[in-house]
Formats: sequence, structure tokens, C-alpha cells
Amino acid sequence: MRRGSRHLNSDDVMALKYTKKVMDHFLHPRNMGELKDADVEATDGSPACGDMMTIGLKIDPKTHKILDVKFKSYGCASNIATASVITEMVKGRTLEEAKKIKWNAAAEELDGLPPVKMHCSVLAAKTLMDAIRKYEKMHGLLEGGEEELSAENIRLELRNIINPEMGIDIVRLKMVKGISVKKGVVKIRISMGNTDRVYEDSIREEIEEHVKAMRGVKRVEVGFST
Amino acid sequence: MDNSATTRMLSEVVEAMQPHFTEKYGNPSSLHYMGIEAERAVDESRAKLAECINAEPYEIIFTGSATEANNLAIVGACHAGRKKIITSEIEHSSVGKVIRNMERRGFETVFIGVDEEGFVDLKELEKKVDGNTALVSIIHANHEIGTIQNLEAIGKMCKEKEVLFHSDASQSFTKVPIDVKKFGVDLLTLNSHKIHGPKGVGALYVRKEVKLEKQVHGGMQERNWRAGTENVAGMVGFAKAAEIGVREMKRNVAKMQKLRNALVEGLLRIENAQLNGPESDDKRLCNIANITFNYVEGEALLMRLSEQGICVSTGSACSSKSLQPSHVLKALGLKHEQAHGSLRFSLSKFNSSEEVNYVIKMVEKEVAELRKLSAYAPGKKAGYYEEREQAFE
Repeated sequence: MRRGSRHLNSDDVMALKYTKKVMDHFLHPRNMGELKDADVEATDGSPACGDMMTIGLKIDPKTHKILDVKFKSYGCASNIATASVITEMVKGRTLEEAKKIKWNAAAEELDGLPPVKMHCSVLAAKTLMDAIRKYEKMHGLLEGGEEELSAENIRLELRNIINPEMGIDIVRLKMVKGISVKKGVVKIRISMGNTDRVYEDSIREEIEEHVKAMRGVKRVEVGFST
Repeated sequence: MDNSATTRMLSEVVEAMQPHFTEKYGNPSSLHYMGIEAERAVDESRAKLAECINAEPYEIIFTGSATEANNLAIVGACHAGRKKIITSEIEHSSVGKVIRNMERRGFETVFIGVDEEGFVDLKELEKKVDGNTALVSIIHANHEIGTIQNLEAIGKMCKEKEVLFHSDASQSFTKVPIDVKKFGVDLLTLNSHKIHGPKGVGALYVRKEVKLEKQVHGGMQERNWRAGTENVAGMVGFAKAAEIGVREMKRNVAKMQKLRNALVEGLLRIENAQLNGPESDDKRLCNIANITFNYVEGEALLMRLSEQGICVSTGSACSSKSLQPSHVLKALGLKHEQAHGSLRFSLSKFNSSEEVNYVIKMVEKEVAELRKLSAYAPGKKAGYYEEREQAFE
């Protein structure tokens, strides 16, 4: 143990696999706290998974501009940093602009995240998207109705599941070998390929968490093969 | 505060090693005077180390690490036809993963559970040991929570049932008196860099009647049980550290115990904090305190403490490669969110009470700050997913 504060220089921080920007947002989070007069608030993730995020938005009812945004976060350094940076990215933007922010945008804004931490960026983008959808629903802004549960929609949702070894989503990596939906029971077959099998449990948990949250899903079964 | 990961080398150890890097660099296998000089250094180190655990010099095999010693003990002992290996749920990965891997070679494996203090269920263990059992391997003192198992009882039972018994004593060496005869172990792993010795060397005690299958082939070193030119300086340093550690054990243990207890007392004053593992001094290692700070995630807390110059480790999933929380804390019955909020503080004789006070102050501050920004708080719903699930039911 060494005494004295902030003895680490930037090279040491790089050695911890986090960029300067990640450390900056982690140690000095922007827009942190609860938005007292929020028009909408969404929470994603869970304490059991070790990462959870709440984002609150204050929205101009006429221009649909995000006037103010605040977040709260339970999770690791990159979880806090991605939440912090995404609030900076959307402040002052319209809902339409904010919706275009994809999961890897927060990571890019932070000059990158370690592959094993990419899922934090997904959570931040997803929490933001949930808040926007919730607002749109409340104010009748949704075009068309809720979508039907289908293999195609599930595949879209699986684009949010990151292979922790590669830092790339499992659909792009062609790891999803089959999706079937029958009376609310979803069966998904995943091929691990060359990915270390220690990640199976984490990938399974992530898939279950995401797919179970889709409308009409009663049960999710994930099977693995090499 | 992370001395269960590794320790600072003693200056006496560095000094003892020095000549073996420069003027005394001989290969113990050489026949000339330089070889003999190196061989003598190895023999002396072996004898010193053996004395520390009440063993004979020829019962010590030096290895490249404690991990290698564990691998040699398990894979090496499982060759004589018996097809079952029994271990606990709270082993270090260098035992647990090796045994898991033995399943692929056709071995049946049994992982015995532990109680909420981390003690192996001895009755359950006895029930599982049968005539087909090749090996029982139980960690002496746990690396995350410090629980010290009753090796004597397990050793006695294994002897009665004529089953080989191995224990990983990497964390307990020089902190708990080790007597291989009293414990009744057939194989015992020792670690150098956790007792203020050098990295890159470990050792396995092999009782003289036990026959292992060689794992590293090549030369005839280590009584033909482990090939490879001896790490002479490493062995000398290891033996020196062991000798000093055992000699000073009583004094160091008393010091670390006092510091650890002050640390625990201070940290438990923080709201929603709990100690993991046993409470009483005779049941746990003198230097480990594992504490859960609820509503905070361990890696974030670790990183913030690191910024303050404090080094600790965590059982949180976020800091592990597999994104799964500590298997040891899960075996104790902790919920995932409790494991995520856990920190392990591990002291050495070099820590001071000023440092302990500084750590308490900083942890208090950082926990408060992280809780202020935490989306997860007492009484708060677990998350939007659950809300939605309920809404659609």
C-alpha cells in the first residue's frame, strides 16, 4: 500500500486498460444524480448482474429537445463512465437525434473500452433508448403499434449482446445459429466457435436478460455448441 | 493492502539471492566446482524449507510456481487406476480448474460445499471418500476469506480410508504452523512470493512413500520428478523467506491480527457493510479481511481506492475475466449483488496502524460517494426489466 493521493500518471492509467477519458468520466461524472422534474425516467440492468443504470430526461414538449439529463449508476468504472458520457452526448439534442446513438457510440466517445467492458456501452445506450421510448409512448409519439414477437426481432435484440472476448456483438460474429419462437418460448442456439467457454455463463445471462424483457416472452432457453 | 496477491521481498532475501545471479551462476548439474557450489545452495535451501514444515529434505520438490505444484500434485497423483477426485467448492483456480479438467480424462469429480463461514462439510466429505477415490484436495487457508480448514481431521480420515490427501498451503505458510506429519497430508503446496520471497518458484511436499507421475520431462533434476535447470537464486530466496517467516511467525501474526481487527472494526462502522468468512481469530488467517459494502460495485470502489494509493482486490464479476462473481463468495451463500460489492484487504508485517486508519477513512469517503451516484439503493426496485416482466404477466 502506498500513501498519497493520485500518484498514478497517465501511463499507469493506460496500464489499467482504461483510457484517460474513461478515468476522467469515472472520477468526475457529469450530470450525476436524480432529475427532480424529469418528464421520464428509465432503469436498466440489475444489481445481480453487477450493473444497473437510471437515466432521467427533461424534454421540451414542442421541439422535443432534451433540455436536461441526469443519471445514476451502480457498476464498475466503465459503467459509470459510459453513463456519464452519454448524458453529455444527448444534452440539447432532439429525441430523433438521440435515438440515432448506437451502442458503440459511447465507447467511441471515450476513446474505446476493453472488449470485456463493451457491454457497459450497450447498457448506457439501451437505458437512454428505453427512456425515450417510454416518453414517446406516454405522449402518443410512437409510429405504428408495438411490434410482434418474431425471430427477426429477437435477432435485432441479440445485436445488443457482446462477446466479451472480442468486444463485438454476437450477431455480427455469426454466433447465433438458430432462433425459434413458439407460444412465448424462445429457443436460441449459440455457437461459441473459438471463443473461450468461460464466457458461456455471462453470454447466457445477458441473452436471458435482454430477451426476457421483450413483450410476449415467457421463457428463454439458450443452448451452446462449439 | 493486497498481500494475498503478492508481497514485497525482504531485503535479507534479495541479499541472499544476489550472488547466484552474478559470481555463483553455476548449473547444479555440472560436475565442476561451480556446479557443486550451485548444487550445495539448492540442497541447503531444500533442507531449510523441509525443516519449516517438519519434512525430510528429499520430500521437497521445487517447482516454477505454487500453481505448478498444485498441477503436479493433482495430475501426478491420479495415475494408479482409481477414478475419483474430491475437492471443495472454494479452492484456488490452480486446484479447482485442474480438477475440472480431469473430468475430460474420465475422472469423476466431487466438489464439497462449505458452510457460511467457509468450512468444508466433513461429514459430507467422509461420505464421498470411497475405494475408488484417488485423491482428496482441500485448501488449507482460503485465499479470499481466510478460513482455516481442520487438516488434521481430514488427514486422519484419509489415512483410515487409504486415500491420498493434498492441501494447498499457499496462503497459510508462515501464518499458521505447518507440520506435515501432524496434518497427515501426503502432498502439500508451498508458495514463495506470498511470504516475502521471489516470484517464479514454488514447492510441493511429497511424502516419501507417495509415487507421482512426472509432468515436466527432460533432465533428471529434482530427484527426476521435475525436469528443468534449477532456479538456484529463486530457491535460495524462497528458503530464506521461509526460514525468517517461520522464525518470526508468532510476532508477525500478533501484529497483523491486531491491525486486521482494527481495520475490520473501522470498516464495519460503515453502514450496510458486512464481514465475509469467520469472525474469530482462531478460525481465519491473521491478515485477510473480506468485506461487502452493499449498494456499491467492487471494481469501481477498487479503482477509486487505487487513485488514493490503496491496493485491494474484489470478488465482483466486473473485475473477473469471465464476468462471473467470485465462486468462493457464492459458495458461502452470498447473493450476486453481495459478491459484487466485496473487497478483500490483505495485510503484511509491513503495514502500519497509520495506514489502517488512512484506509478506513478513504473507504468511508469513496463508499459514500459511490452510493450517492448509485442507481441501486436500499428499498429500490431491482430494475426496469423486472417492472416490465411484472407488467406483462
